[in-house]
Amino acid sequence: MSGQADARQTSARVDITDVVCPVTFVKTKVALEELEDGEVLEVRLNGGEPIQNVPRSLKDEGHKVTNVSQLDDGTFLLTVVKGGLL
Amino acid sequence: MAFTNEQLERYSRHIILKEVGVKGQKHIMEGRVLIIGAGGLGAPAAMYLAAAGVGTIGIADADAVDLSNLQRQIIHASSDVGKPKVQSARETMNAMNPDAQVVTYREWINAANITDIINDKNYDFIIDGTDNFPVKFLINDACVMLKKPFSHAGIIRFQGQLLTYIPGKGPCYRCVFHNPPPPDAVPTCRQAGVLGVMGGVIGTLQATEALKFLLGMEGLLNGYLLTYNALTMDFRKVKLAPAHSCQVCGPEPSITTLIDYEQAVCDLREYHNN
Ligand SMILES: [Zn+2]
Repeated sequence: MSGQADARQTSARVDITDVVCPVTFVKTKVALEELEDGEVLEVRLNGGEPIQNVPRSLKDEGHKVTNVSQLDDGTFLLTVVKGGLL
Repeated sequence: MAFTNEQLERYSRHIILKEVGVKGQKHIMEGRVLIIGAGGLGAPAAMYLAAAGVGTIGIADADAVDLSNLQRQIIHASSDVGKPKVQSARETMNAMNPDAQVVTYREWINAANITDIINDKNYDFIIDGTDNFPVKFLINDACVMLKKPFSHAGIIRFQGQLLTYIPGKGPCYRCVFHNPPPPDAVPTCRQAGVLGVMGGVIGTLQATEALKFLLGMEGLLNGYLLTYNALTMDFRKVKLAPAHSCQVCGPEPSITTLIDYEQAVCDLREYHNN
Protein backbone atom coordinates (compact mmCIF):
# COMPACT_ATOMS: atom_id res chain seq x y z
CA MET A 1 0.00 0.00 0.00
CA SER A 2 2.84 2.40 -0.72
CA GLY A 3 2.68 5.46 -2.93
CA GLN A 4 -0.18 7.00 -0.99
CA ALA A 5 0.34 10.72 -1.42
CA ASP A 6 -2.51 11.73 0.84
CA ALA A 7 -1.48 11.64 4.47
CA ARG A 8 -5.06 11.10 5.62
CA GLN A 9 -5.96 7.68 6.87
CA THR A 10 -7.97 5.37 4.70
CA SER A 11 -11.48 4.99 6.13
CA ALA A 12 -12.68 2.22 3.85
CA ARG A 13 -11.59 -0.02 1.01
CA VAL A 14 -13.51 -1.48 -1.89
CA ASP A 15 -12.40 -4.04 -4.47
CA ILE A 16 -14.13 -3.72 -7.83
CA THR A 17 -11.88 -6.06 -9.80
CA ASP A 18 -14.60 -8.74 -9.79
CA VAL A 19 -17.27 -6.67 -11.56
CA VAL A 20 -17.66 -4.86 -14.87
CA CYS A 21 -19.10 -1.51 -15.94
CA PRO A 22 -21.36 -0.03 -14.70
CA VAL A 23 -21.33 -2.06 -11.47
CA THR A 24 -17.71 -0.94 -10.96
CA PHE A 25 -18.83 2.63 -10.34
CA VAL A 26 -21.99 1.51 -8.55
CA LYS A 27 -19.96 -0.42 -5.95
CA THR A 28 -17.64 2.58 -5.58
CA LYS A 29 -20.64 4.87 -5.00
CA VAL A 30 -22.09 2.48 -2.42
CA ALA A 31 -18.77 2.48 -0.54
CA LEU A 32 -18.56 6.28 -0.65
CA GLU A 33 -22.10 6.60 0.64
CA GLU A 34 -20.95 5.14 3.98
CA LEU A 35 -18.31 7.86 4.45
CA GLU A 36 -18.41 11.50 5.50
CA ASP A 37 -17.05 14.26 3.26
CA GLY A 38 -13.27 14.42 3.60
CA GLU A 39 -12.88 10.73 4.45
CA VAL A 40 -10.70 8.57 2.25
CA LEU A 41 -11.72 5.53 0.22
CA GLU A 42 -9.25 3.18 -1.38
CA VAL A 43 -10.45 1.48 -4.55
CA ARG A 44 -8.78 -1.53 -6.16
CA LEU A 45 -9.67 -1.81 -9.83
CA ASN A 46 -8.56 -3.34 -13.11
CA GLY A 47 -6.69 -1.63 -15.90
CA GLY A 48 -8.42 -0.80 -19.17
CA GLU A 49 -12.03 0.35 -19.05
CA PRO A 50 -12.30 0.67 -15.22
CA ILE A 51 -9.16 2.80 -14.78
CA GLN A 52 -10.26 4.97 -17.70
CA ASN A 53 -13.81 5.56 -16.49
CA VAL A 54 -14.09 5.24 -12.72
CA PRO A 55 -11.75 8.16 -11.85
CA ARG A 56 -13.57 10.36 -14.37
CA SER A 57 -16.99 9.46 -12.92
CA LEU A 58 -15.68 10.17 -9.41
CA LYS A 59 -14.51 13.65 -10.46
CA ASP A 60 -17.90 14.32 -12.11
CA GLU A 61 -19.57 13.73 -8.76
CA GLY A 62 -17.18 15.98 -6.85
CA HIS A 63 -14.78 13.44 -5.35
CA LYS A 64 -11.01 14.00 -5.53
CA VAL A 65 -8.68 11.27 -6.73
CA THR A 66 -5.46 12.03 -4.88
CA ASN A 67 -3.37 9.04 -5.91
CA VAL A 68 -3.23 6.26 -8.48
CA SER A 69 -0.73 3.44 -8.21
CA GLN A 70 -0.27 0.16 -10.03
CA LEU A 71 0.21 -3.05 -8.06
CA ASP A 72 2.45 -5.98 -9.04
CA ASP A 73 -0.56 -8.01 -10.26
CA GLY A 74 -1.44 -5.28 -12.79
CA THR A 75 -4.44 -3.94 -10.87
CA PHE A 76 -4.63 -0.32 -9.74
CA LEU A 77 -5.21 1.37 -6.41
CA LEU A 78 -7.05 4.70 -6.27
CA THR A 79 -7.10 7.00 -3.29
CA VAL A 80 -10.31 9.03 -3.25
CA VAL A 81 -11.29 11.87 -0.91
CA LYS A 82 -15.07 12.00 -0.64
CA GLY A 83 -16.40 15.39 -1.75
CA GLY A 84 -12.84 16.62 -2.18
CA LEU A 85 -13.76 18.74 -5.19
CA LEU A 86 -16.93 20.28 -3.75
CA MET B 1 -31.05 -1.51 4.06
CA ALA B 2 -27.98 -2.94 2.37
CA PHE B 3 -28.11 -3.79 -1.30
CA THR B 4 -27.32 -7.30 -2.44
CA ASN B 5 -24.95 -7.66 -5.38
CA GLU B 6 -27.94 -8.68 -7.47
CA GLN B 7 -29.78 -5.47 -6.52
CA LEU B 8 -26.69 -3.37 -7.28
CA GLU B 9 -26.63 -4.87 -10.73
CA ARG B 10 -30.39 -4.68 -11.28
CA TYR B 11 -30.56 -1.00 -10.32
CA SER B 12 -27.10 0.00 -11.57
CA ARG B 13 -28.45 2.32 -14.31
CA HIS B 14 -30.35 4.19 -11.61
CA ILE B 15 -27.58 4.26 -9.01
CA ILE B 16 -25.04 5.75 -11.43
CA LEU B 17 -27.38 8.70 -12.04
CA LYS B 18 -26.31 11.68 -9.94
CA GLU B 19 -29.99 12.49 -9.26
CA VAL B 20 -30.69 8.97 -7.93
CA GLY B 21 -27.60 7.38 -6.42
CA VAL B 22 -27.70 4.86 -3.60
CA LYS B 23 -29.91 7.06 -1.41
CA GLY B 24 -32.40 7.73 -4.20
CA GLN B 25 -32.71 4.05 -5.04
CA LYS B 26 -33.38 3.37 -1.36
CA HIS B 27 -36.14 5.99 -1.44
CA ILE B 28 -37.65 4.24 -4.46
CA MET B 29 -37.44 0.87 -2.70
CA GLU B 30 -39.08 2.27 0.42
CA GLY B 31 -41.73 4.02 -1.71
CA ARG B 32 -45.42 3.09 -1.75
CA VAL B 33 -47.50 3.88 -4.82
CA LEU B 34 -51.19 3.10 -5.39
CA ILE B 35 -52.40 2.64 -8.96
CA ILE B 36 -56.16 2.89 -9.46
CA GLY B 37 -57.12 1.05 -12.63
CA ALA B 38 -55.10 -1.76 -14.22
CA GLY B 39 -55.93 -0.65 -17.76
CA GLY B 40 -54.29 1.34 -20.53
CA LEU B 41 -52.65 3.87 -18.20
CA GLY B 42 -52.17 1.67 -15.15
CA ALA B 43 -50.50 -1.17 -17.07
CA PRO B 44 -47.34 0.64 -18.20
CA ALA B 45 -47.20 2.66 -14.97
CA ALA B 46 -47.31 -0.53 -12.88
CA MET B 47 -44.69 -2.26 -15.01
CA TYR B 48 -42.20 0.61 -14.92
CA LEU B 49 -42.68 1.16 -11.19
CA ALA B 50 -42.16 -2.54 -10.49
CA ALA B 51 -39.09 -2.57 -12.72
CA ALA B 52 -37.74 0.55 -10.98
CA GLY B 53 -37.90 -1.23 -7.65
CA VAL B 54 -40.77 0.61 -5.95
CA GLY B 55 -41.17 -1.42 -2.78
CA THR B 56 -44.94 -1.45 -2.35
CA ILE B 57 -47.32 -1.08 -5.28
CA GLY B 58 -51.07 -1.20 -4.71
CA ILE B 59 -53.29 -1.90 -7.67
CA ALA B 60 -57.08 -1.50 -7.59
CA ASP B 61 -59.44 -2.81 -10.25
CA ALA B 62 -62.51 -5.07 -10.03
CA ASP B 63 -62.49 -6.14 -13.64
CA ALA B 64 -61.36 -9.30 -15.39
CA VAL B 65 -59.12 -9.28 -18.46
CA ASP B 66 -61.09 -9.09 -21.70
CA LEU B 67 -59.82 -9.79 -25.19
CA SER B 68 -60.57 -6.19 -26.20
CA ASN B 69 -58.16 -4.96 -23.49
CA LEU B 70 -55.09 -6.54 -25.02
CA GLN B 71 -54.64 -3.95 -27.80
CA ARG B 72 -53.25 -1.55 -25.16
CA GLN B 73 -53.17 -3.04 -21.64
CA ILE B 74 -49.73 -4.57 -22.04
CA ILE B 75 -49.47 -5.95 -18.51
CA HIS B 76 -51.99 -8.68 -19.52
CA ALA B 77 -51.33 -11.55 -21.94
CA SER B 78 -53.69 -13.53 -24.14
CA SER B 79 -53.58 -16.38 -21.64
CA ASP B 80 -54.87 -13.99 -18.94
CA VAL B 81 -58.28 -13.44 -20.55
CA GLY B 82 -60.92 -14.07 -17.88
CA LYS B 83 -58.45 -13.66 -15.00
CA PRO B 84 -58.89 -10.79 -12.50
CA LYS B 85 -56.85 -7.86 -13.81
CA VAL B 86 -55.19 -7.27 -10.46
CA GLN B 87 -53.98 -10.88 -10.38
CA SER B 88 -52.71 -10.78 -13.95
CA ALA B 89 -50.97 -7.47 -13.21
CA ARG B 90 -49.33 -8.82 -10.06
CA GLU B 91 -48.00 -11.88 -11.90
CA THR B 92 -46.43 -9.73 -14.63
CA MET B 93 -44.92 -7.31 -12.11
CA ASN B 94 -43.43 -10.04 -9.95
CA ALA B 95 -42.07 -11.85 -12.98
CA MET B 96 -40.21 -8.63 -13.84
CA ASN B 97 -39.13 -7.91 -10.30
CA PRO B 98 -39.72 -10.32 -7.40
CA ASP B 99 -38.72 -7.51 -4.97
CA ALA B 100 -41.95 -5.59 -5.57
CA GLN B 101 -44.64 -6.18 -2.97
CA VAL B 102 -47.86 -5.96 -5.01
CA VAL B 103 -51.01 -5.35 -2.99
CA THR B 104 -54.21 -6.09 -4.91
CA TYR B 105 -57.65 -4.56 -4.36
CA ARG B 106 -60.19 -6.36 -6.50
CA GLU B 107 -62.91 -3.76 -6.07
CA TRP B 108 -64.36 -0.73 -7.79
CA ILE B 109 -63.24 2.49 -6.17
CA ASN B 110 -66.08 4.44 -4.59
CA ALA B 111 -66.68 6.99 -1.86
CA ALA B 112 -67.05 4.23 0.73
CA ASN B 113 -63.71 2.43 0.13
CA ILE B 114 -61.21 4.90 -1.33
CA THR B 115 -60.05 6.32 2.02
CA ASP B 116 -59.42 2.87 3.47
CA ILE B 117 -57.51 1.76 0.38
CA ILE B 118 -55.25 4.83 0.39
CA ASN B 119 -54.68 4.45 4.14
CA ASP B 120 -54.17 0.67 3.91
CA LYS B 121 -50.45 1.06 3.16
CA ASN B 122 -50.28 4.81 3.76
CA TYR B 123 -49.42 5.28 0.09
CA ASP B 124 -47.00 8.10 -0.76
CA PHE B 125 -48.35 8.77 -4.24
CA ILE B 126 -51.49 7.80 -6.16
CA ILE B 127 -51.85 7.24 -9.90
CA ASP B 128 -55.27 7.76 -11.44
CA GLY B 129 -55.42 5.27 -14.28
CA THR B 130 -59.21 5.30 -14.62
CA ASP B 131 -61.17 6.41 -17.64
CA ASN B 132 -64.32 7.97 -16.25
CA PHE B 133 -65.06 11.35 -14.73
CA PRO B 134 -66.95 10.31 -11.57
CA VAL B 135 -63.99 8.29 -10.28
CA LYS B 136 -61.47 10.92 -11.40
CA PHE B 137 -63.25 13.55 -9.29
CA LEU B 138 -63.53 11.08 -6.41
CA ILE B 139 -59.77 10.37 -6.51
CA ASN B 140 -59.06 14.10 -6.62
CA ASP B 141 -61.30 14.90 -3.68
CA ALA B 142 -60.00 11.99 -1.59
CA CYS B 143 -56.36 12.95 -2.28
CA VAL B 144 -57.04 16.60 -1.41
CA MET B 145 -58.77 15.60 1.84
CA LEU B 146 -56.03 13.10 2.78
CA LYS B 147 -53.25 15.47 1.62
CA LYS B 148 -51.85 12.91 -0.82
CA PRO B 149 -50.11 13.79 -4.08
CA PHE B 150 -51.50 12.15 -7.19
CA SER B 151 -51.18 12.07 -10.94
CA HIS B 152 -54.33 12.59 -13.00
CA ALA B 153 -54.35 11.44 -16.61
CA GLY B 154 -56.82 10.83 -19.39
CA ILE B 155 -56.55 9.37 -22.88
CA ILE B 156 -59.00 9.24 -25.76
CA ARG B 157 -58.55 8.67 -29.51
CA PHE B 158 -55.17 10.32 -30.30
CA GLN B 159 -55.17 12.69 -27.31
CA GLY B 160 -53.72 12.43 -23.85
CA GLN B 161 -53.30 14.74 -20.89
CA LEU B 162 -51.94 14.68 -17.37
CA LEU B 163 -51.41 16.89 -14.36
CA THR B 164 -50.00 16.34 -10.91
CA TYR B 165 -51.50 17.50 -7.64
CA ILE B 166 -49.16 18.12 -4.73
CA PRO B 167 -50.84 19.41 -1.54
CA GLY B 168 -50.15 23.10 -1.08
CA LYS B 169 -48.17 23.31 -4.32
CA GLY B 170 -50.66 24.22 -7.01
CA PRO B 171 -54.15 23.51 -8.25
CA CYS B 172 -56.11 20.29 -7.91
CA TYR B 173 -58.03 18.57 -10.72
CA ARG B 174 -61.27 20.22 -9.59
CA CYS B 175 -59.66 23.69 -9.68
CA VAL B 176 -59.28 23.13 -13.41
CA PHE B 177 -62.25 20.99 -14.40
CA HIS B 178 -64.80 22.00 -11.69
CA ASN B 179 -67.43 19.23 -12.01
CA PRO B 180 -67.95 16.01 -13.94
CA PRO B 181 -69.82 16.41 -17.23
CA PRO B 182 -73.33 14.94 -17.28
CA PRO B 183 -73.37 11.16 -17.81
CA ASP B 184 -73.15 10.28 -21.52
CA ALA B 185 -72.28 13.88 -22.51
CA VAL B 186 -68.65 12.92 -23.10
CA PRO B 187 -67.61 9.62 -24.64
CA THR B 188 -65.28 7.33 -22.73
CA CYS B 189 -62.49 5.64 -24.63
CA ARG B 190 -64.66 2.54 -24.84
CA GLN B 191 -67.18 4.42 -26.94
CA ALA B 192 -64.72 6.64 -28.79
CA GLY B 193 -61.71 4.40 -29.29
CA VAL B 194 -58.10 5.05 -28.38
CA LEU B 195 -54.81 4.38 -30.11
CA GLY B 196 -53.21 1.67 -27.99
CA VAL B 197 -49.92 3.51 -27.48
CA MET B 198 -51.60 6.50 -25.80
CA GLY B 199 -51.70 4.64 -22.48
CA GLY B 200 -48.02 3.80 -22.88
CA VAL B 201 -47.02 7.42 -23.45
CA ILE B 202 -49.18 8.98 -20.76
CA GLY B 203 -49.05 6.13 -18.21
CA THR B 204 -45.27 6.14 -18.43
CA LEU B 205 -45.25 9.89 -17.77
CA GLN B 206 -47.40 9.22 -14.68
CA ALA B 207 -44.83 6.67 -13.49
CA THR B 208 -42.13 9.30 -14.09
CA GLU B 209 -44.00 11.71 -11.83
CA ALA B 210 -44.27 9.04 -9.10
CA LEU B 211 -40.55 8.26 -9.28
CA LYS B 212 -39.54 11.93 -9.24
CA PHE B 213 -41.80 12.47 -6.24
CA LEU B 214 -40.25 9.52 -4.36
CA LEU B 215 -36.79 10.91 -5.19
CA GLY B 216 -37.73 14.32 -3.78
CA MET B 217 -37.02 15.98 -7.11
CA GLU B 218 -38.38 19.30 -8.37
CA GLY B 219 -39.89 19.92 -11.78
CA LEU B 220 -43.04 17.82 -11.56
CA LEU B 221 -46.28 18.67 -13.36
CA ASN B 222 -47.89 20.35 -10.36
CA GLY B 223 -49.32 23.64 -11.60
CA TYR B 224 -49.24 22.44 -15.22
CA LEU B 225 -51.38 20.45 -17.63
CA LEU B 226 -49.33 18.53 -20.17
CA THR B 227 -51.23 17.56 -23.30
CA TYR B 228 -50.13 15.24 -26.08
CA ASN B 229 -51.66 15.16 -29.54
CA ALA B 230 -50.50 12.09 -31.43
CA LEU B 231 -52.03 13.32 -34.70
CA THR B 232 -49.72 16.33 -34.85
CA MET B 233 -47.07 15.06 -32.41
CA ASP B 234 -47.42 18.16 -30.25
CA PHE B 235 -46.70 18.19 -26.53
CA ARG B 236 -48.02 21.32 -24.84
CA LYS B 237 -47.37 22.32 -21.23
CA VAL B 238 -49.98 24.78 -20.03
CA LYS B 239 -49.50 26.71 -16.79
CA LEU B 240 -52.44 26.46 -14.39
CA ALA B 241 -53.42 28.77 -11.56
CA PRO B 242 -55.09 27.50 -8.40
CA ALA B 243 -58.77 28.46 -8.20
CA HIS B 244 -59.14 30.40 -4.97
CA SER B 245 -62.80 29.45 -4.85
CA CYS B 246 -62.16 25.72 -5.47
CA GLN B 247 -64.94 23.66 -3.93
CA VAL B 248 -62.53 21.15 -2.42
CA CYS B 249 -59.02 22.65 -2.04
CA GLY B 250 -59.99 26.33 -1.61
CA PRO B 251 -59.91 28.19 1.74
CA GLU B 252 -63.64 27.61 2.30
CA PRO B 253 -64.38 24.23 0.74
CA SER B 254 -68.03 23.37 0.11
CA ILE B 255 -67.19 19.73 -0.58
CA THR B 256 -66.13 18.06 2.65
CA THR B 257 -67.37 14.53 2.07
CA LEU B 258 -66.72 12.21 -0.84
CA ILE B 259 -69.27 12.00 -3.64
CA ASP B 260 -70.23 9.08 -5.90
CA TYR B 261 -71.34 10.82 -9.08
CA GLU B 262 -73.65 9.03 -11.46
CA GLN B 263 -71.97 6.87 -14.07
CA ALA B 264 -72.85 6.89 -17.72
CA VAL B 265 -74.97 3.76 -18.08
CA CYS B 266 -72.71 1.99 -20.54
CA ASP B 267 -69.73 2.56 -18.22
CA LEU B 268 -71.19 0.74 -15.27
CA ARG B 269 -69.76 -2.63 -16.09
CA GLU B 270 -66.24 -1.75 -17.17
CA TYR B 271 -65.46 1.62 -15.86
CA HIS B 272 -61.74 1.15 -15.27
CA ASN B 273 -61.03 -0.10 -18.76
CA ASN B 274 -58.82 2.58 -20.12
ZN1 LIG C 1 -58.81 22.70 -6.18
